[in-house]
Amino acid sequence: MSLYQLTAKELHEKLHRKECSATEITESVFGRIDACEERVGAYVTLDRENALAAAEAVDKKIAAGEEIGPLAGIPVAVKDNICTKDVLTTCSSRMLYNFKPPYNATVVERLLGADFVMTGKANMDEFAMGSSCETSYFKKTRNPHDLSRVPGGSSGGSAAAVAAGEAVLSLGSDTGGSIRQPASLCGVIGLKPTYGSVSRYGLVAFASSLDQIGPFGRCVEDVAALYGAICGKDPMDATTARRDYPDFTAALRGEVKGLRIGIPKEYFGPGVDPQVKETVHAALRELEGAGAVLKEISLPGTDYALSAYYIISSAEASSNLARFDGVKYGYRAEEYDGLTDMYEKTRSQGFGDEVKRRIMLGTFVLSSGYYDAYYNKAKLFQKSLRAEFAAAFEDCDLIATPASPTTAFKLGENIGDPLKMYAADVCTIAVNIAGLPGLSLPCGAVQGLPVGMQFIGPRFSEERLFDAAYAFQTIRGGKLCDIPNL
Amino acid sequence: MNYTTVIGLEVHAELSTRTKIYCSCKNSFGSEVNSNCCPNCTGMPGSLPTLNEKVVEYAIRMGYATHCTINPVCKADRKNYFYPDLPKAYQISQFDIPLCEHGFVDAIVDEEGNTKRVGVTRIHIEEDAGKLIHSESFSGSLVDLNRCGVPLIEIVSEPDMRSAHEAKAYLDAIRAILQYLDISDCKMQEGSIRCDVNVSVMPEGSTEFGTRCEMKNVNGFSAVERAIEYEARRQIEILEAGGTISQETRRWDDLAGKNFLLRSKEDAQDYRYFPEPDLGTIVVEEELLEQLKATIPELPGAKLLRYMKETGLPFFDANLLCENLDKADYFERCLALGKCQPKAITNWLLGDVSRILNEKNKTLADTSLTPEKLCGMIALIESGTISNTAGKTVLEEIIWSDKTPDQVVKEKGLAQISDTSALEAIVQAVIAANEKVVADYRGGKTNALGFLVGQCMRQSKGQGNPAVIRELLEKAQG
Repeated sequence: MSLYQLTAKELHEKLHRKECSATEITESVFGRIDACEERVGAYVTLDRENALAAAEAVDKKIAAGEEIGPLAGIPVAVKDNICTKDVLTTCSSRMLYNFKPPYNATVVERLLGADFVMTGKANMDEFAMGSSCETSYFKKTRNPHDLSRVPGGSSGGSAAAVAAGEAVLSLGSDTGGSIRQPASLCGVIGLKPTYGSVSRYGLVAFASSLDQIGPFGRCVEDVAALYGAICGKDPMDATTARRDYPDFTAALRGEVKGLRIGIPKEYFGPGVDPQVKETVHAALRELEGAGAVLKEISLPGTDYALSAYYIISSAEASSNLARFDGVKYGYRAEEYDGLTDMYEKTRSQGFGDEVKRRIMLGTFVLSSGYYDAYYNKAKLFQKSLRAEFAAAFEDCDLIATPASPTTAFKLGENIGDPLKMYAADVCTIAVNIAGLPGLSLPCGAVQGLPVGMQFIGPRFSEERLFDAAYAFQTIRGGKLCDIPNL
Repeated sequence: MNYTTVIGLEVHAELSTRTKIYCSCKNSFGSEVNSNCCPNCTGMPGSLPTLNEKVVEYAIRMGYATHCTINPVCKADRKNYFYPDLPKAYQISQFDIPLCEHGFVDAIVDEEGNTKRVGVTRIHIEEDAGKLIHSESFSGSLVDLNRCGVPLIEIVSEPDMRSAHEAKAYLDAIRAILQYLDISDCKMQEGSIRCDVNVSVMPEGSTEFGTRCEMKNVNGFSAVERAIEYEARRQIEILEAGGTISQETRRWDDLAGKNFLLRSKEDAQDYRYFPEPDLGTIVVEEELLEQLKATIPELPGAKLLRYMKETGLPFFDANLLCENLDKADYFERCLALGKCQPKAITNWLLGDVSRILNEKNKTLADTSLTPEKLCGMIALIESGTISNTAGKTVLEEIIWSDKTPDQVVKEKGLAQISDTSALEAIVQAVIAANEKVVADYRGGKTNALGFLVGQCMRQSKGQGNPAVIRELLEKAQG
């Protein structure tokens, strides 16, 4: 067994027992990258030099007899919309093809404090808009379980890197399902945290009121540890909550006896692949066997979530992406005649079709005369959806659904049909609108392709989601994710 | 036909908080280009605003000082537009729920102290934009982002003013309040107060407002008057020629003394306001509101009118005193001592004391001149112990030292001789030595007396009481 195949938990134990060095871990992961990155395409930017330097620093600490944390020396891929000082942060867009931020995102600062090793910047849908990684300006990322298929998106590179063993852990961001859907398609575990639990400072904004950074990993303990390292109040982000967080790894018990799991019928409707439904149902019956109580529930607001999502997220995106104007950084059109022409040409050439589609949609719904009909309505719906979830959580402890209506689809299959692509997020979107945490974990396969199950909990119930996932992992013999041969 | 001009003002005032409104960069004017900037100020991807609570406090104090209702629960909104001096391409402002609204200001419009009440529609907080720089050595535009995020309050008035003079009086009142609250530098030349002016005209006696035009770039207190007069004239000329006014935004060029069309109503921008998702709801606790309310001093307008009424000071003096809260406070402390006449206090305070301070570029707080010392000195003059001229000498000494007026008078021998028997000899000697002048005086040349008084003063080495000398001279020639 090579080091790159191990989980962070296992690697930490090895480091602790001095059975390997951090440098060897990083070299093993880069060896894997050398072997299969050309086919997977998980990264926009690789940073081998800095990664090895960081690993060496950890080895020095160990040699000096210093105590090291659970993430020290662990190779982590970072989604390319998270600012990394002096390291390209492109959002997979031509608009930021040359952008090196002058500062680190808060999550990166926290991980630097935990002595992590950053492997590089993971590919994504352009500005996190998409569900297949195909809208990236630079490259297509392929699903490690079937290279003819997409890894999902928008955090497709982050999911694929962890799935392929090109990173032990990774960070993604999730606005409407961008962590959970690719986690589902790539057969790894991904958490979209409660809105306000992880700092967005340094996350290039798509939809500020929905965006949240979250972790990917190949075991529940790893995901819990990475989440524990990045969550918490940040004075630089006014939307982060001031509260105490437990030690998520230490809190894992794997106890589901008496746990009331709500199964919303709307998430098992005709839009969801029957085999996916059956796989999730089977997994839930396993939890029932371990003592969980399954309850059918109804979340009728689900039907409107997709519409509300495209109004709110596009409205915010149209404003957030206005700063990319060619004046200060990033791409600027080469030939133009005056200021307005510079804006128009820069933005026409710098943004891809999907981004332009969202900017136009968002600009429209905020325009005077349309604001009340669209944006205000969607915000009102958001309130009622929150209330609907709150009511549901009076009768159950968590809610289980598929994380994606289908398994990984073929490259090119949906890219020409935006509405079909948007439907890929139908299982995940309501969670963002309601600001809740959602965790996707592999629960089986259909024709060799992973199927993800989503646990949804009340705000700040990550500990409960981890524990239920840990119970399921235990039922499955302590292992949920396999690195495919590539 | 005669016309009435209707005016409303939108005043932008930069607040003098230590740091900017949405980041911790220094809020200061005149720093090196692009030096007070962080990822927020430069609109870096991923940067986020955090609200400086001092800005909210300053704005609420302005709200109380202008009799506004405070909205203790409000929010920030984004105003979206593209311009190179606005790196985020949106300004964080307030849209439908301003921090303060429904207030008024009583502006003093003449020297009798008559006032005009001008409604304050709203006061909201927002961020300033950067500045474009053009130079001859570079063909494009350069941008300085130091001013990005400098806190502003926008004070929007009702269209209550009816002349350029009233608008100027309102603006003066706003400036005086800002200075009293010590929340803005109020330096027009540094752009810390800027003004957009809305003007319309209507036939005299009409109650229906005409179509208004907005004028931007009116940066200067006297420019406001010029700009309004120009615009009113322009509109009246159009109406007189049978035309109609179209709603426009125009740019005032103070040097040219004209305004120019910026955009017509059809080209009005849609700012697509929506709630700023990066900042939470602004909630101001009741306790803080009470605390802030308690910090509001007597306002300059009220103070000025009170001085005129209670002490009989003329408008000019009262106005100068009230220009600055330190000076007004000092005056009141002098007054409270009850040692001398109010007018004498202002004469000295606004005269020699101000002159000395200006020469040395100091303020009253930098001196050793306590109200006790100043009034002690004035009392010595009023009692005839020293002359007015000697008073000036005393002032020069006591203003920088711990010495009392009495000490200085004693040390320098400045006490005035009012004793007639002591002055009689000098008067006789001067009469004897100036027979020709005395003859002139007797012949009716009254100004000859002044010369004789001067001669006596010289003889007494400046210590003779001129009033007593004059009396003695008149009597001797009687």
